[in-house]
Amino acid sequence: MAESDNIVVETAEKIFADLADPQTINNDRKGSWQAPLWQALSEAGLPLSWVPDDLGGSGASLADGFALLNAAGRFAVAVPLAETMLAGWLLAQARIASPEGEMTVLPGSPKDRVALDADGALSGRARGVPFAKTAKHFAVLAHGKDGVSIALVDATKARIEAGLNVGYDHSDTVTLDKVQPVTLKPAPKGFDQTTLMLMGGVARSLQIAGALESMLDISVRYSNERVAFEKKISKFQAVQHNLARLAGESAAALAAATSAADAIANAKAFDDEVYLEAASAKIRCAEAAEKGGGIAHQVHGAIGFTMEHILHRYSLRALAWRDDFGSESHWAVELGKLVANRGADELWPLVASR
Amino acid sequence: MTAALRFDPIRLPEKCEQLRKEVRAFLAEEIAAGTFDPHKPNREDTDAPEFSRRVGAKGWLGMTWPKKYGGQERSFLERYVVTEEMRVANAPTRRFFVADRQSGPVLLKYAPEHIKMDILPRICRGEICFAIGMSEPNSGSDLFAAKTRATRTDGGYLINGTKIWTSSAHIADYMIAIFRTSPPTKENRRHGLTQFLVKMKQPGIKVNPIGQITGQYEFNEVVFTDHFIPDDHVLGEVDGAWKQATSELAYERSGPERFLETYYVLTELVRAVGPNPDTRSAEGIGRLVAQLHTMRRMSVSVAGMLEAGKEPVVEASIVKDIGTVWEQQLPHRVRDLAAFVEETASNRETLERQLDFAIKTAPKLTIQGGTTEVLRGIIARGLGLR
Repeated sequence: MAESDNIVVETAEKIFADLADPQTINNDRKGSWQAPLWQALSEAGLPLSWVPDDLGGSGASLADGFALLNAAGRFAVAVPLAETMLAGWLLAQARIASPEGEMTVLPGSPKDRVALDADGALSGRARGVPFAKTAKHFAVLAHGKDGVSIALVDATKARIEAGLNVGYDHSDTVTLDKVQPVTLKPAPKGFDQTTLMLMGGVARSLQIAGALESMLDISVRYSNERVAFEKKISKFQAVQHNLARLAGESAAALAAATSAADAIANAKAFDDEVYLEAASAKIRCAEAAEKGGGIAHQVHGAIGFTMEHILHRYSLRALAWRDDFGSESHWAVELGKLVANRGADELWPLVASR
Repeated sequence: MTAALRFDPIRLPEKCEQLRKEVRAFLAEEIAAGTFDPHKPNREDTDAPEFSRRVGAKGWLGMTWPKKYGGQERSFLERYVVTEEMRVANAPTRRFFVADRQSGPVLLKYAPEHIKMDILPRICRGEICFAIGMSEPNSGSDLFAAKTRATRTDGGYLINGTKIWTSSAHIADYMIAIFRTSPPTKENRRHGLTQFLVKMKQPGIKVNPIGQITGQYEFNEVVFTDHFIPDDHVLGEVDGAWKQATSELAYERSGPERFLETYYVLTELVRAVGPNPDTRSAEGIGRLVAQLHTMRRMSVSVAGMLEAGKEPVVEASIVKDIGTVWEQQLPHRVRDLAAFVEETASNRETLERQLDFAIKTAPKLTIQGGTTEVLRGIIARGLGLR
């Protein structure tokens, strides 16, 4: 997706270029860029892209929202755009209107659970919740005796232990102790925590793919500028082959993530085919984040290891995003179980289903 | 962005899925009839002429070509489905695969009409086998160092020299080869090579089989001694083969055969671990399936671009680079996991026999049809590094 051909992405890219330039942000240690960026995104209706008009959102298609997340990855955007989009989407599943302001979703990991008790109160602990610290509301998926529910929770009612992921973004532990939600409704039939994790995983995959596109871009540019042994380092075959591999990892991530996004955008249900697409995207994008990011750093040498340089904004975030909504190890085990359970002769029909 | 790489998520149209069912049913019949054993990729009888004719009779050879040459004018995506189903079933495609994938398209583009009318329908009927004469003893990846001479004579050319690593030359009816018609020029070292259609099994051609480390004899040395080729067998521009060589590469490099060559060991591993794998097996299988799925989606995406009339040379090179490295590593990763398969697994022997063969096959996968090094050079050029 080198060039956007949709209005949502064009709008977002213009805002990112104006207000989220990686070098400008990197030079600004106080974070004074955050408020204007969020305001511009909000005014354009982007954080609530996936919320229908009648629930307070801008009602963009799933496909447009996915393309927006890919663009956000290309700029390594460090405000809770993806998180608010996911929260709005989750709430909309239960026809709950989205409030204004930053949101995030919880649980953010397939291992954590939030319980709904008979009084309609929520309890549970969720680790690694992205941007919980700054969120005004949480969209929560909870398990009660009657099944799965979706709730809107006021963030001030939760206990938050702040933390940072390896990309220096907020990744916090949220504890709910008999919290009464603002709104609570049953989830639609068939919607469960796995659905949320798959959706979150695809969002992260698109962001990783975007970050890798930018890592390839800045690595190629740097190799064409940097001179060593009296020639541009891009003229060394060893460097060329490393960059060709980075292009391959970037391409694989992009293909896996956009394929999964397309599968979800056109699916009637989260069936085995969608599961294969979404789980594969998270696994392959996480692998690409490691391999591709490693090459980007190798090409940059010491300068890429400095805080002054923008490379880490992409490379570390891509690594951090691997952990959210189920790591690649988690999804590999789950996908392996699914494949084994379907049986050897059903593997190819699954792979060749689209 | 420096690199505008595109891999749009192509969905195969409905007619492809109907075709897939037909291909599966056909292959199931062939397996039931004993034509081939899908569990034995290392069979000796790679030449299956009757099978080849039956595939032709189905209309699955040259299926994208014009009807007047025996083709079906179907889409490149439909051809993709036929190719991947044949490959996954370990069907004996050797006799027709090269002609269908690349020799036919070269003839379509460069052969004179009467030759097209003669040869293309026979390819479509599965009657004839093609080989590709590129490499020579002293020119492999460096294609333009080829020395085998084509010397002007009355009504055509006399060929002298040696081609090598020529797959299927021992069974081939024709070869499309490049020969030197002029020396290279100072300005262009690629100048002076011409593409020819060679009729095999003729005087002046000797085919010497070469044993491979798998124990098979699939490739050959082909020695030409004053072999005569008539003028109308010149394909395209005399001395200008270098202009013709690149555009077909996207077709040759991005297909499902570029990541499915050792696929059978993964299926057999899944069978061996059974429906309730331990965590280690599950994780290993899950990762391999995710990588396979991604490869295939990239490959299908390139097929979609080809269908749309684009020439995604860099994207195709990426598919072959990642795909062949993956299929090369696959037997070793499966071997890692097979170490923990129960002794009592019903297909243990099959898995071990397949691994033995796949591990011996693996080294060639990143060499044949464009080495990894050449591919990365092409990708680097696409990135603006060369």
